[in-house]
Formats: sequence, structure tokens, C-alpha cells
Amino acid sequence: MTIDPKKIRADFPALTRRVHGRPLAYLDNAATTHKPRAVLEAISDFYSTKNSNIHRGVHTLSEEASAVYEEARETMSRILGAAGPEEVIFTSGTTAAINLVAASFGRAFVSEGDEIIVSELEHHSNLIPWQMLCRERKAKLRVIPMDESGGITRETTAGLMNKRTRLVALTCLSNVLGTAPPVREIIRLAHEREIPVLLDAAQAAPHLPLSVRELDCDFLAFSGHKMYGPTGIGVLYGKKRWLEVLPPWQTGGGMIASVRLDETEFAEPPFRFEAGTPHIAGAVGLKAAVEYIRSLGSENIRIREREVMDLFLGRLRNIPGIILYGGESPRTGVVSFNLEGIDPYDAGLILDGMGVAVRTGSHCAEPLLRALGLRSTMRASIALYTDESDIEALIRGLEQARKMLG
Amino acid sequence: MTIQEAQEAIIKETAGFGSRLEMYDYLVAWGEELPGLEDSQKNDRNALPGCQSRVWITAKLENGRILFAADSDSVILRGMLALLVRVLQNRTPEEAASADLYFLRQLGLEQHLSPARAAGLRTIVRHVRQLVEHLVDTSLTK
Repeated sequence: MTIDPKKIRADFPALTRRVHGRPLAYLDNAATTHKPRAVLEAISDFYSTKNSNIHRGVHTLSEEASAVYEEARETMSRILGAAGPEEVIFTSGTTAAINLVAASFGRAFVSEGDEIIVSELEHHSNLIPWQMLCRERKAKLRVIPMDESGGITRETTAGLMNKRTRLVALTCLSNVLGTAPPVREIIRLAHEREIPVLLDAAQAAPHLPLSVRELDCDFLAFSGHKMYGPTGIGVLYGKKRWLEVLPPWQTGGGMIASVRLDETEFAEPPFRFEAGTPHIAGAVGLKAAVEYIRSLGSENIRIREREVMDLFLGRLRNIPGIILYGGESPRTGVVSFNLEGIDPYDAGLILDGMGVAVRTGSHCAEPLLRALGLRSTMRASIALYTDESDIEALIRGLEQARKMLG
Repeated sequence: MTIQEAQEAIIKETAGFGSRLEMYDYLVAWGEELPGLEDSQKNDRNALPGCQSRVWITAKLENGRILFAADSDSVILRGMLALLVRVLQNRTPEEAASADLYFLRQLGLEQHLSPARAAGLRTIVRHVRQLVEHLVDTSLTK
């Protein structure tokens, strides 16, 4: 089966919008994707027919809500190839997932003089929690430098690992350049030294198949809203042997075995890590998103997105004055660029005036931009529904920007 | 020309615009007219924090009137700065401090006034107001 973009676009109501009188060309998918009708209906159906709090009531609605929430967890566990649903923690998103590990793992395993490794490619969400942790614990943050092509190498990474390294936290895919670090090799190198690895899969999740069994990562975090699901829901996968020994992060209702005034016994994972009422409808919506992706076939999506990306890069390269970042590296999902002599913010406004949505700025990755000697870029990012019309609209918009601003 | 008259003039100039792009064209034209700042004045002291494209503004009193100068990496933001300068230049600090800058809303630039906008006109307006307030204080103490 190949993907028919026309048919797929009809599944996404938001794509029919017009912006400033023009059809929307949405190329900000790395920030968030639109939602297919199946997801919107799943959320609406949950609130319309099953709305209730989970794991608490004896009544029918509560049992039904608990059941759909746990089904969502099982679905996540299956697509990730986890050992079981107890390895899947629902969070509000990638940011919360990484903060959870930084706080919990940090409290248990990081002390003065220890080291955490991140890369220069990281989104602030996979940098600042580790900065904070290292400051608190008087530990050291080691940073894998980015090379000219927007990648990192195994050799440099291995060179930073030592006896004091407690964790490697690494992105699967740069949210600025679309380049992919060699995470499999790095995980292997880390495991040879008994160092656990956390992967930030926020950008990778909508584009690449993620099998935690194959990757053998210890933690993996992603957000629902970047993969056609609702905002406010995300997943932290954690290997059972880690989750069993990690202390809770946030505490409150729904995560305890028994509570006395002076002492609390916490529930088993994953519940220990889900204090308070979770985003039940979000989990239901995320399950629907995953099922939608599965109905199209991850491999078909990958092939389709590769074709669109090739077309896109080809058209971009022909624009006079274009500067593409990331060298000749293969790119997945996103492309960062500028027009010579034109402020990216200005170009972004002209594009918006033409109905084209891109992101401009530092993309929550200031160290990466600084390493490239930049303050700001334009970033266009694709999704499974991106088609030639979006790309042509962007190209026309960039030509208009050159005309008005050049 | 009063502050209100200056704003009305801008509103009249832009009244016939049929598209967002025409507005940007207008702002680019004004941005190119803005004298800008010497490189030495494009420093941290004059910079506005938190803007996606850098913005610098200075304000001083001369004969009891405010003289603004401003610059930005973004020519469209320079255009917005030029309009603000056009409305507020050579006013007394008291006049400027009490001005309702309604032309920004009328021009449909309110999306740039939202607090979330990374390179916000909001930040610029707030900064201009702070500069004006400071000059009001200065002129009062004199």
C-alpha cells in the first residue's frame, strides 16, 4: 500500500483552514502535528461516554475509564516492544518524562563528582534538567560536541565516558537539523561500561520506528502531540530493572500502596510515577494516534516522507541565496535554512502572510545554534500529510520574501 | 501634530490594504527609512531582552522633548519601531507616558502584541513605556 496524500489530508480537519485568505501550508510539524479525525473522535467519545476517574471507583464508568487507560498503556508497550506495560509511564510529554528521570534517577544514583553526558544537539528539554541536576548534586555535565555535518561521533562520545559517568542522555534526531546521532552504537558503547542511556525521541517518534527492544535503551521519552496525538500526554519508557529501583518524583494520589501519617509505601511501577489524576483522555487519544499510524503502516509513512523530503531539499537548493544547515547529512523530518541577508523572523512573517507556517528562532536549542555561529534559522518540518502543494507554497513564499526583503 | 493625529495619519495610510503582505511592504518601507543606531550603541544596555531578532532602543531628553533612536536585525520590526518613533518623537515625557497607542490594534498588529510572540512588539512597547517613565522621573527631578 502506498500513501495517497489527498486521501490522508481529508483525515485532518485543521488542514482545510485558510490563513490570511490563503490555504494553510503547515510546515511546523516538528513543533506539533495536526490531529486526524480518529484522534478527535476518540477523545470526544471518551468524555461523552466513559468520563470518570481511574483506578479508584467501583462503579462502571470508572472501571471502563481504567480499562481504556490501561489499554492505551498496553498499546504503547506493544509498539515500543517493551517487556510489558509496567515499563510504560504516562507523562505530560517529553519534557516531564526527562525531568522525571533527572529528578528520580538523579536522587538515587548521582552524587558529587559523578558525570552526566549530553550532546550539543540537545533540545533545551534534554539539557536543562541535567544542568540543574548536576548543579544540585555537584556533578559534572559533559557535552559531546557537534561536528560540521550536524552529527556526533562514537569516538568522541566514547572518549567522554568514564567510571564516574552515571547516564548518557541523547536525542535520536536533532529538532533543528533533522540529523540522527548513531544512538545504537552509543548505547552499545555505554552498556559495555554499564552506563544507562536515555533517548529523547520527541522528534523521532513520528518518523522512525522505535523499538526499545532493538535499541536496548534504558529510558526513552516522547510526546503524543508530535505524532498526531493530543497535547499534554507523553510517554516515558523505562527498563523494568531501573523503574523498580527508582524513587517517585512527584507524589500524591494514585501512586501509593499504603499511607500513614509518618510513612508511605509506594505502589509498584508504573503507578509509582503517575501521581494525581493522569491525562486519561490524552492517553486514549494517543492510542488512537498510534492506531492511525499503524493503519497506514510505519514503513509506508517513512517511504512517503523520504520522497517528500527529497523533493523539498531539491526545490530548496535551487533558491538563490539559500543557506541550508546540516551539510550533506541525511535529514529526517526537519530542515533548517536561512536566506542570505534576510532576517529569518522577517521571512517567517512574509511566509505567514502567504499562509505558510514555519518556525523561526533558536528552536529551543541555543547551544546548537551557537555552535553553528547563528542566532536564528527558519525551520520547515514535514509530516505524513505534507504534499507538493505545501512545498510549492513555501518555495513561492521564500521567493516573495526575497523580493520584499532582499 | 498631536499623538492622536499622528496615529490617525498612519491608520489612513494603511486603510486600503487588502492583505497582510501589503502591511509588511509598508513596514519594510518604513523600516528602511529608520535612521538606526551606530554599532557602538547596539549594546546589551540598549538591547531588549527576549526578542527573537535583536532590538535596540535609546531615548534621551532634549529641551524637554524625547528623542528616540532604535534599530533591529529585522526590517519589519524596524518598520514597527519607525511608526512608534513617528508617533512619540519630540513629545514631552508626560505626553508620551499617557499616550494610548491604539494605532497598533487598528493596524491589525495585535498578533505581534501577544505575550507569547518571541520577538514581540509587546516587549518593544513595554520597553518604550519604561524609557518614557524614566524620562518623566528625570524631568520631574530637574
